[in-house]
Amino acid sequence: MNFYRSHVLICGGTGCTSSSSDKIEEEFNKIILDKKLESEIKVVRTGCFGLCEAGPIVIVYPEGAFYSHIKVEDVSEIVEEHLLKGRIVKKLLYKESVSDEKIKSINNVDFYKKQKRIALKNCGVINPEDITEYIAMDGYLALGKAVTEMTPEEVIKTIKDSGLRGRGGGGFPTGLKWQFTAQAEGNEKYVLCNADEGDPGAFMDRSVLEGDPHSVIEAMTIAGYAVGANQGYVYIRAEYPIAVKRLQIAIDQAKEKGLLGKNIFGTDFEFNMEIRLGAGAFVCGEETALIASIEGERGMPRPKPPYPANKGLWQKPTLINNVETYANVSSIILKGSEWFKSIGTEKSPGTKVFALGGKINNTGLVEIPMGTTLREVIYDIGGGIPGGKKFKAVQTGGPSGGCLTSEYLDSPIDFDTLTELGSMMGSGGMIVMDEDNCMVDIARFFLDFTVEESCGKCPPCRIGTKRMLEILEKIIEGNGEPEDIDRLERLAENIKTSALCGLGQTAPNPVLSTLKHFRDEYEAHVNEKKCPAGACKSLLSYRIDPEKCKGCTLCAKACPSSAIEGERKEIHFIHDDRCIKCGACMEKCPFGAIKLA
Amino acid sequence: MKSLEELKKIREEAIKNVNLRKENDGIKIVVGMATCGISAGARPVLMSLIEEVNKRGLENVTINQTGCIGICRLEPIVEVYPSDGEKVTYVNMDSEKAKKVIAEHIVNGNVVEEYTIGYVEK
Repeated sequence: MNFYRSHVLICGGTGCTSSSSDKIEEEFNKIILDKKLESEIKVVRTGCFGLCEAGPIVIVYPEGAFYSHIKVEDVSEIVEEHLLKGRIVKKLLYKESVSDEKIKSINNVDFYKKQKRIALKNCGVINPEDITEYIAMDGYLALGKAVTEMTPEEVIKTIKDSGLRGRGGGGFPTGLKWQFTAQAEGNEKYVLCNADEGDPGAFMDRSVLEGDPHSVIEAMTIAGYAVGANQGYVYIRAEYPIAVKRLQIAIDQAKEKGLLGKNIFGTDFEFNMEIRLGAGAFVCGEETALIASIEGERGMPRPKPPYPANKGLWQKPTLINNVETYANVSSIILKGSEWFKSIGTEKSPGTKVFALGGKINNTGLVEIPMGTTLREVIYDIGGGIPGGKKFKAVQTGGPSGGCLTSEYLDSPIDFDTLTELGSMMGSGGMIVMDEDNCMVDIARFFLDFTVEESCGKCPPCRIGTKRMLEILEKIIEGNGEPEDIDRLERLAENIKTSALCGLGQTAPNPVLSTLKHFRDEYEAHVNEKKCPAGACKSLLSYRIDPEKCKGCTLCAKACPSSAIEGERKEIHFIHDDRCIKCGACMEKCPFGAIKLA
Repeated sequence: MKSLEELKKIREEAIKNVNLRKENDGIKIVVGMATCGISAGARPVLMSLIEEVNKRGLENVTINQTGCIGICRLEPIVEVYPSDGEKVTYVNMDSEKAKKVIAEHIVNGNVVEEYTIGYVEK
């Protein structure tokens, strides 16, 4: 066995891989071989480190040196200086980790300090394709403990007592779900994992599967033992290729080690697991639609009840949980329900993973204890809004959620508070918006998404959301009538109460919550035909400032629709009826005479 | 996997592979690895330190390299920083001496006087 003096961890999440972290890994291996350091230095490809904004990320241990924005050309310098001579290459370090001439290790950077990692504990720490690294981090100990030392009832009781709630968005008590499935009659039961994460801008589940696939396999096996199931399926979208690949490798390794299959830990318990690929329809994240899709049917929701716990896959009792929910299970079994309850808030114990995106400095993946305030997430961890712009709102819960304004920045994040404030936890997308974002346009964006993703089974969703989108588009184009806002509200309420599944019932939320907090913006669009944020093109017009115009004719030459008139050395004029609002004139004007109004 | 014991055995072995990545407030051992150190034979010293620490499963020890310590004529130099207290500087090191430092100083807590800079430079 080789003893390595240093480990080089390279992020292998989707974000860093798309900015060539695979090539960086190759380069490290090549140069390390050249320098004959291969027996001293180990190169490991991990899951997501979370601070995607700084990617591609390379961490060198034992120092915990945090290199950010690494390019293939930087590799030779890191090897020669740091790995060979022990001199950390300061100029390549993440900017915040070098302060006052002192170098901070990755764990002391602000972005990580306020986080508490349970579901992501191994992400960015272990090699997801090596089961022994997972075992080294106490992996499969919880499964061993559950099947050899606990009864299924004790396992369920522990999960119930912990207060763990479904992390897919609903927040239903996980232990109860387990109990219902265990109590349901039938000798054939199933355990499913919902990995059909589809909210725009969300990548929590994807990152867990990419960075720590064994945690999901272990938890599903524990769940199988608890509810009396022998077969598990992970339903994951095919557009997550890295997650699919690593999960398959992990399943194969678990089988080989006898952690899946017959006689697990020498008991009579048998559990097998397979992957089912989804085609990427948003509605398949709804549990009954997901079940239909696994059965080979068209992915459409079924009326509930009966709930999956009684009649799920193939009409058999079925337990279905989300990826992040499972990722919490083994820690709860090992450390106990009291430990879990000590984190977070009373009604929402534990942590929650959020994908932080939009107008924020530290785009990335964060895991925080429940009860952390929005301000702490956005400013302390997220590093605030770029360019000194003003915070306007934060959108949580994706297309089913809503917006929260600056007055709620100090509200604690948990299931119940967010619902009370008119948004929701959702699966964990968190999109920050600044003064340049038009809220009507944001509502249109999410409606556009739900119209596209509506499965078409029930009319309120199929027809209703389409009508709502049309009204929004009309408003944005400047053709809104005063009654439109009321119409929009009425439609929204109707769809909410009459749609068949969660997708339809929550589809109007982005409209309702923006109407609630930003009604004045809607009214400005409709009554004054103005977009206060300056985002809706149709409501803008370009004007030439007569004071600044020198009559150089550059704008008129640049205009593709001949909308600008004016003689040489005379003040020019834009005809609104011909202007297509492309902005070409504004770019060309050397005197800054063209403005948006 | 036939039993919990079997899993724990695999875990014991595997832990050695990932220990390097854990937060560690324990003893730091630093080896001078500038041109002077390397040419005086610091690499074998470093490697035997690592090997010895791993063989003994010492979890609270990290081994690191550093640049030139400044007294090149006494290289290879190894500095030991306990979590509290003063550092000890060993000079003119080799593989055998390195192993002894781990056994005597790190494990048993007795500084190996005859290898320290104070003793050599008397």
